[in-house]
Amino acid sequence: MNVDAINWHTFFFLLFALFACGFAIATVVAANIVRMAMCLIISLGATSGLFFLAGADFVGSMQLLIYVGGTLVLLIFGVMLTAQGPFVSLKTGGGDWIVAVMLSGCLAAILIPAAFTVADWRNAPATKVHSEHAAQAGGAKVYLTSTAEEHADEHAVPDWTVSTTPGDTNGDGIPDAPPKTSTPIGLGLLGARVDRLQPGPAGLKAGMSGYLLPFELVSVHLLVVLVGAAYLARTKRRARPKM
Amino acid sequence: MAEALASYLPQSLAPLAYVAIGLLQCGLLLLVPFIGAMFFVWIERKVSARIQDRLGPTRCGGKYGWLQLLADGLKLITKEDLRPADADAVLFRLAPYVSFCASFAALLALPFSSGWVAQQMDVGVFFILAVLGLEVFGVILAGYASASKWSLFGAMREAAQVVSYEVPLGMCVVVPVLITGQMDLVKIADIQQGFFTNWLVFHDPFTFITFWVYFTCATASVNRAPFDLAEAESELVAGFHTEYSGFRWLAFYMAEYGSMFIVSGLAAILFFGGWNGPIPIADLLGLTTDNGPVLAWIGNLLGLFNFIFKCVAGVTFMIWVRWTLPRLRIDQVMQVCLKYCTPIAAVMFLGATLWTFYLPGGVGLRAMPYAERYLKFYDAAPPAAPATNVAQTSAEATQISAVVRSTAEGE
Repeated sequence: MNVDAINWHTFFFLLFALFACGFAIATVVAANIVRMAMCLIISLGATSGLFFLAGADFVGSMQLLIYVGGTLVLLIFGVMLTAQGPFVSLKTGGGDWIVAVMLSGCLAAILIPAAFTVADWRNAPATKVHSEHAAQAGGAKVYLTSTAEEHADEHAVPDWTVSTTPGDTNGDGIPDAPPKTSTPIGLGLLGARVDRLQPGPAGLKAGMSGYLLPFELVSVHLLVVLVGAAYLARTKRRARPKM
Repeated sequence: MAEALASYLPQSLAPLAYVAIGLLQCGLLLLVPFIGAMFFVWIERKVSARIQDRLGPTRCGGKYGWLQLLADGLKLITKEDLRPADADAVLFRLAPYVSFCASFAALLALPFSSGWVAQQMDVGVFFILAVLGLEVFGVILAGYASASKWSLFGAMREAAQVVSYEVPLGMCVVVPVLITGQMDLVKIADIQQGFFTNWLVFHDPFTFITFWVYFTCATASVNRAPFDLAEAESELVAGFHTEYSGFRWLAFYMAEYGSMFIVSGLAAILFFGGWNGPIPIADLLGLTTDNGPVLAWIGNLLGLFNFIFKCVAGVTFMIWVRWTLPRLRIDQVMQVCLKYCTPIAAVMFLGATLWTFYLPGGVGLRAMPYAERYLKFYDAAPPAAPATNVAQTSAEATQISAVVRSTAEGE
């Protein structure tokens, strides 16, 4: 079994990253506003591909659903309903270019050094880890990211990031090892931070941020209040229905 | 499979085995929308003919005009590829492929039998919904790039419809996820093993109604009649794809029929036991993993036939509905979505939640105490950490598992 010959992880990472960056630039450069939106779709889609590649398929699906499927549809709708004549084709003026380059340059100056100071990203040979664990799991498919693997070793947490696909020996539909994405998130919603069973960052109480469910309940409550207010404030029905 | 093939090849060629197997899987998946679309178009013509007391295609191919689909395909492929003069060339060419790719990518996470899936995902349901939602981009792009106001109108109406029907659709899909406690499609269907009473549609009255709401919303979200108001009048203006001809038009059609297949497959998995037949023949005959991989493979093959049968039944049902009910107006479409489907789905969601909470046994299925297993896993391997933190969090964990246990005691 010679998977090491091609570093698939790096290959797909470069492919997706190239798409994301290339179409991000195309979004800025394109003049037609619908083409901009199209380039943005591809760029965001490639970003979700990067998430899938990192083993975070919940975040990847979220990216597809919210940004690509939701926000951009709204954006295109807004553009199509409002853009008339002069706004369909946008020309960026010289002053705008200078401001934009300055702002994005500042952001890049912060982000690029930050990206290259993360030690895990440089000295973790992803493919090697992959094939080793694939061998351990009897050739079954293994999802993990190299950084998660290192943390798992550090804190001696049961490394549920390494989960083989079937993972269910007694066949009751519940995997023996916890699945990798949605269950921890769901339990986190209920206040049980399974990822915080190891010591968290200093200064943060354990389970500190496990109060999403009350937050959600309050937000739904507020929504209901808003709907009720809108209902009360609506124009009253006429005595005779309008024909 | 790739490992097996790689072991036959010399060391230097081994990566090619992975590429070959990947391409083979990709090709098999591509066959589903290709052959599916051809077959379903033929079925549609025969069923509509039967409903309208006609014969339908009979000329091509002797019995039942079965060759008609090939003739259609040939005609469409050889047709001239037209483009309006004012159209945005790039977007116009791209739009059908965007539609088709969305429908095709959703097949990635759709299992065809137990474990027979291109990419088993922890969040399979979620992924399929997210990707199917992208199809609307193809519609909008086609309408915009055609440089025809009728196409643009059709696209706007259709996009409005698809986007608004995703809300009740998502709520309906949540109900089986809630009952089984997971979003992995393979596991959701495997839980429904056994006789048909284990199917989630018979789990409780709420899921039964949820299925019908789901099917209504799914019909609307794939733009099938009675919700196909994008086609103002199919003979005159065909909505967003008015300006398309030949293969690009075919791509839209394959996307439509592919999406019909996918939402029917999703319905089969979520509500009708997926590849589990009404009577567990494979289990009774011993075609399970306990008796070796070959018998399990045969059992899976039986499951595949079950699944395809359920999908085709779903698509046929959609066709039947299309040729039975009249087309709705745009305000009626929105009314059905906002005034009926969404509230009903919300009530069903609440009802199913309460049912699982108070009667976890249900009819033939038990609620999945997921968190309990999860915490058991942690009990088995306690993390090495400072005592205070662990005490705090494991107290929390015991609390949670106590809640879960008290819920599960109702069985």
